[in-house]
Amino acid sequence: MGTRDCNHICDESSPGIGEAGKTGEWRTHLPIIDDKKCTASKLNKPTCFLCWLYCPEAVMTKGIPPSIDLEYCKGCGICAQVCPVQAITMIAEEKNIG
Amino acid sequence: MAIQRKSNMLIIDGNQAAAIAAKMSRVQVVAAYPITPQTPLTEQLSLFVEQGELKAEYVAVESEHSAMAVCTSASIVGARAFTATSSHGLAYMHEMLHWAAGARLPIVLACVNRAIGAPWNVLNDQQDSISQRDTGWIQIYCRNNQEIMDTIIQAYRIAEQVHVPVMVCYDGYILSHTEMPVDVPEQADVDRYLPPYKPHTSLDPADPKNYNLVTLANPRIGVDGKLCHGYMELRYLLQEALQNSRETILQAGREFNDIFGRDYEHMFWEDRNDDAEITIVAMGSLAMEAIVAADMLREEGIKVGVLGLRVFRPFPKSDVVQALRKSKLIVVFDKNISYGSEGATCSEIKSALYGTYINASVRNFIVGLGGRDIKARELVEATKKAIASLKETVINPDYPEWICQI
Amino acid sequence: MKANAVNLIEKEWILPGNRTCPGCALSLAYRHTLKALEGQCIVTVPASCATVLHGMYPITAVNVPCVNTPFASTGASATGLVAGLKALGRKGITVLAFAGDGGTHDIGIQSLSGAAERQIDFIYICYDNEGYMNTGNQRSGSTPLGAVSGTTPVLGKQQYQKDMTAIMEAHGLPFVATCSASYPLDLYEKVKKAKTIEGTRFIHIHTPCPPGWIFPFSDTIKFGEMAVETGLVVLYEVEDGIFRLTSASESIARKGGNLQPVREYFTSQGRFKTITEEQIDELQEWVNARWKQCLHRATNL
Ligand SMILES: Cc1ncc(C[n+]2csc(CCOP(=O)(O)OP(=O)(O)O)c2C)c(N)n1
Ligand code: SF4
Ligand SMILES: [Mg+2]
Repeated sequence: MGTRDCNHICDESSPGIGEAGKTGEWRTHLPIIDDKKCTASKLNKPTCFLCWLYCPEAVMTKGIPPSIDLEYCKGCGICAQVCPVQAITMIAEEKNIG
Repeated sequence: MAIQRKSNMLIIDGNQAAAIAAKMSRVQVVAAYPITPQTPLTEQLSLFVEQGELKAEYVAVESEHSAMAVCTSASIVGARAFTATSSHGLAYMHEMLHWAAGARLPIVLACVNRAIGAPWNVLNDQQDSISQRDTGWIQIYCRNNQEIMDTIIQAYRIAEQVHVPVMVCYDGYILSHTEMPVDVPEQADVDRYLPPYKPHTSLDPADPKNYNLVTLANPRIGVDGKLCHGYMELRYLLQEALQNSRETILQAGREFNDIFGRDYEHMFWEDRNDDAEITIVAMGSLAMEAIVAADMLREEGIKVGVLGLRVFRPFPKSDVVQALRKSKLIVVFDKNISYGSEGATCSEIKSALYGTYINASVRNFIVGLGGRDIKARELVEATKKAIASLKETVINPDYPEWICQI
Repeated sequence: MKANAVNLIEKEWILPGNRTCPGCALSLAYRHTLKALEGQCIVTVPASCATVLHGMYPITAVNVPCVNTPFASTGASATGLVAGLKALGRKGITVLAFAGDGGTHDIGIQSLSGAAERQIDFIYICYDNEGYMNTGNQRSGSTPLGAVSGTTPVLGKQQYQKDMTAIMEAHGLPFVATCSASYPLDLYEKVKKAKTIEGTRFIHIHTPCPPGWIFPFSDTIKFGEMAVETGLVVLYEVEDGIFRLTSASESIARKGGNLQPVREYFTSQGRFKTITEEQIDELQEWVNARWKQCLHRATNL
């Protein structure tokens, strides 16, 4: 089937999540949040959220604890670096072990 | 019923005609940079805007590349945009010319034809616009100042209908700085002829679209699951738009005649071609000179007609074939040169004739580069030389002859 | 109220799953830029990594309208958007130009300077990853002294960075500012402020680039912070000619003005593998002199 039915006469694009595909597949390391250490979880109130603030991918939410969309998280590890209480650790992805 | 029309004859030069036409087309954004011989047109438009005669944003840009970038972005948000340039300015715009056509933006550009360096030369030839032949713009050439006025108005009709930018070309000095009587239309008539621009693009935060992203070689499925074009399909659509624009161009010319009483239902102009054995082909103001040459040749009993090229892109192949069907010899005068080959219009004519039943000889002369004066007598002599060449080897038929003093 | 991570708007205008490298500071900087504008903008983007971020037809990874424009034309494209919106009587939309350092310091400087001189009403943001990253990391006018790149492959760059913010300030703009992606709240406040000002506003954002600078993805924030703590990047704004240090640079100044030595910044990035001790000393002197000027100019200490 051809593209005759596509009504674009020029390059016109619409917003879509996962434009580059499931970028979670790029990950070599997986971020794990430790509820017991995360300040927001410990205090059970919206606070800190530095991991959310610094995430370049907009894959985190300001939940208690913050959650990460692993479908798209590229595993850069910035969240683990900026967390002031080291509540996030990066562990090697299974698929990359061995 | 005869149309009652008020005549508003002004004696104006080509640049003034272009400025008035842009104003009457109610252009909304003008971005231009001065260059001889286009400069007075730019100045006139800024005057119209500053005096409040034209309600538009006039942007005095810092370069021609920027002039076209202003036009593309203004057009993509939905404004009617106009620019004008010549020579080096047009060359400097080259990258942006591709973007204007590639994004299918109906910008109109007046190209005041001028030679290009090195060395510097401010006088007329058509090397500048011919060098932009393959950028995807419609190109229309004018023979006189009335045509400049009328063609710019028609250009918006055409551009906005087929979503292809239009370059209206006219010869520097010969037209741009020469005063002639021009019938200036009534604004109300122009408004009737040219409705406001309805863009095909949308830049609205409420419905965000992105334009001109990287596009893959192959088609790709969009967010709604529909298969969208690849790069090549988008190029095909541009080619298709130009191929099919002939009808729109002719219709725009016909309806122009209905309202203004001047007929532009033509892809080119013909003079005494019906019984002609020899056809002279020329583009722009040179086509007028060719008519004088034809007069002189006819007085000597040589049956000569003239084909004055008007629309160069899309090139009207089948119309040309039809018009040249009786010609035995076609003499093409080019004010441009594709170095190492021949004049650009000559190549077009030859390619149009290839594979048809017409077996005419074609001879090409390069004339008028950098403002070299072209006399009708020289066109006559060249035509006679072309006739002689059918019998004896007076010229090399593979390459063009040059009318110069080398 | 000052923005903080807790009260900052949660809505996103860049969508998950875009094409930038892991740990890309450009992506982070753009994310907070669009938050500050609440998406009420039309963006123009020249050829760069930002083009790649925006996606491939027919899908875009951003939720704002955008025009991609040739490399040299960003300032003119913004001019055209502003002129078009004005001609059509459309109000309340900020025009944002978002370009890399190559597109700003080098090929785009003419159209940017032209637009700024005409005082076109738009925000121009240069995100600076200090090289032509989209084409695989070649030197730009903003590549630092001593950095190796595709076109300074053996010796490293022999020239200093071009001070683009100073050049833009010299245009007499109502607002210029420097930012770092490592200080997103400062960035957010500056873009928010810029939004309320009329005329050409110029913002420079330092955006570390893991593959181009050769450091681990996870260290992006660290290197941005180091640049500020060493004074290689100074965070400031100049509003109507009034110079203020901001954020971490302001704090450093208030705490006695002692910068960290630059040495470690250079020795811990792969791109400076050939930098010499003399070059590091030279750069330290350069930083010290500029910091002195900044302290002298600052009106808010
Ligand atoms: C006229 C032109 N010349 C060269 C290029 C190739 N090119 C595309 S992006 C780029 C470098 C961009 O560098 P910068 O502006 O710093 O953005 P970055 O990719 O680093 O984000 C180059 C050289 C081009 N697109 N257009
Ligand atoms: S090369 Fe650098 S700037 Fe470009 S996307 Fe990757 S990290 Fe970002
Ligand atoms: Mg760069």
